[in-house]
Amino acid sequence: MELLAFYILGAGAVVTAVMMVIHRNPIVSALNLIFTMFCLAGIFVLLNAHFMAAIQILVYAGAIMVLFIFVIMLLNLRGEDWPPLTWKKLLASFIGILFVGYSLIKIIGIFRGSMLPVATPLPEDFGTTRIVGEKLFTDFLLPFEVTSILLLTAIVGAVMLAKMKIDKG
Amino acid sequence: MEIIAPPIDLTGIMPMIIIAITGILVLIIDLFLKERSKNILIFISLTGVIIAARVSFSQYGGIHYSFHRTFVMDTFSVFFNLIFLLGTALTILISANYIKREEINHGEYYALILFATMGMMLMAGGSDLITIFLGLEIMSISLYILAGFRRTKKESNEAALKYFLLGAFATGFLLYGIAILYGVAGSTNLKDIAASIPGRLFDQKPLLLMGMALLIIGLGFKVASVPFHMWTPDVYEGAPTSITAFMSAGPKAAAFAVFFRIFIDSLGNMEPNWNVIIGIMAVLTMTVGNVLAIAQDNIKRMLAYSSIAHAGYILVALVAANSLGFTSVLFYMLAYTLMNMGAFAIIIILGNKGEEHLNISDYAGLGFKRPLIAFAMSVFMFSMAGIPPMAGFIGKFYIFSAAIKAGYIGLAIIGVINSVISVFYYLRITVIMYMREPVREFNPISLSPLIILALIISVWGTLHLGILPGTIIEFARKSTFAFF
Repeated sequence: MELLAFYILGAGAVVTAVMMVIHRNPIVSALNLIFTMFCLAGIFVLLNAHFMAAIQILVYAGAIMVLFIFVIMLLNLRGEDWPPLTWKKLLASFIGILFVGYSLIKIIGIFRGSMLPVATPLPEDFGTTRIVGEKLFTDFLLPFEVTSILLLTAIVGAVMLAKMKIDKG
Repeated sequence: MEIIAPPIDLTGIMPMIIIAITGILVLIIDLFLKERSKNILIFISLTGVIIAARVSFSQYGGIHYSFHRTFVMDTFSVFFNLIFLLGTALTILISANYIKREEINHGEYYALILFATMGMMLMAGGSDLITIFLGLEIMSISLYILAGFRRTKKESNEAALKYFLLGAFATGFLLYGIAILYGVAGSTNLKDIAASIPGRLFDQKPLLLMGMALLIIGLGFKVASVPFHMWTPDVYEGAPTSITAFMSAGPKAAAFAVFFRIFIDSLGNMEPNWNVIIGIMAVLTMTVGNVLAIAQDNIKRMLAYSSIAHAGYILVALVAANSLGFTSVLFYMLAYTLMNMGAFAIIIILGNKGEEHLNISDYAGLGFKRPLIAFAMSVFMFSMAGIPPMAGFIGKFYIFSAAIKAGYIGLAIIGVINSVISVFYYLRITVIMYMREPVREFNPISLSPLIILALIISVWGTLHLGILPGTIIEFARKSTFAFF
């Protein structure tokens, strides 16, 4: 049952991701990206990472996608024709394919040769909201608190750069 | 299940807290200040920096872990903290007049510099990849904003956007590397990762190699090493000059602190894997930086390529991976901060409102019109070129001896050859200053007591480190005890 769910979600994620890249209409691409995010969230649920799943939907499928679509509408992007192929591009894609192919062969070799570390079973509650929360307030207290400075910096920066006219004191 | 709150020990992060509070204070006080009374902010920031340096200095000696070993305060991080704080203090001194001239005198400027400093301190003291990553992000985001601070200037916007896009991309690599290392080691703690790499059997862990490679890309971008250096000249040119000075000193040192801590502390067992890669990067970085610097006419771009070349020298010390190499890096970073800040201070002094005079030919005849400033500039140029008795010479001398001691004679030779190449473009400035007729009046120039103080500190430091390096070398040597 779990495996079946994984295959459905995994296939969904891959198909929508490919669709997102190849579709010409930016809005359709964005919607496909939302589907990818949802599928990924589903996979996180299967892995018992409920917190991650919730965050995935809230932040990515929610906030970030709204931003994407907002920008697409503001810029008034339309589907455009493919730019003409040039020799440079052909050469670049050829080298790219060579490189990716070589890496893939190597990676498959790694899997075949079972050189990956042996998986150790995780504790039953790994990744649940409770454990994540506990870790954040014990082991990772400093990173958690320091994030506030990071956010403050980002807010100050956003205000600084976006403010249209800075009033003279 | 009951959650037990861990004991909170703030002593280790005290300097960071002081800097963060100063930054927030600056933000709040700025609200109540009139345009002409903004000088108060300079003194608040400087006071914060000095107190933080004092506190940091008093913590020197010993190794003190806190926050479940996510943060460590050892002699290495304290030394780096002092470098960062020196860089920040000098930046604030040279900024004061510049940001008034460029009409970007906003309180947020100082606050962002202070936050960036806090991020750097977090990087130098992070003993967990997550802490290091957060420090890096705090620093980088502050820098993206500061690079685009002159919003009315096209170049500044370009610099900020380029830096942000490429930086975000590099961050992605770094984070992916961290995730893979976590997947292999089951922990993000540097010591735990080291413990999970058994002896020299790394060949059976391809994932480890992948994580390592991604970390090299991410950090290589932050230190501006070739082939991840493309952003440097454009960003250095477009950013406000004071910020360029800031970027080339502190953040670079912080990225190197992380580079060294991760690669020696936790990937030390993989040394045969990374020293070839980093060795090649070092050679490329030195050569490309120096050769391209020759072709530059814009002094900010020239210093950008020179800073790439200097990153190459420091990578040589990382390849050497011995105690002498670390000592030399600590010394070199300090020397580089002083001489680089000084050079940028002079660029700021010679600019006017609306006309920055960044072309190298604008320096013609400076030696006759303003002999003291020309003298200071020559000191910095000689020091960067590595001519005795300046600080740069001692730094390079130690780096190359470390490489020879570790058996990398080829690297040392390439380094020396590069050093010779670099003499050309550094001396060109001096030649132009003293041997050409002036083409313009050096009047008015932007001198103010604060920037003169910064210049005096830099000149004095550069000469002092060059003539009497003993105490600082000894101090730096002691600071590497955490590793060797």
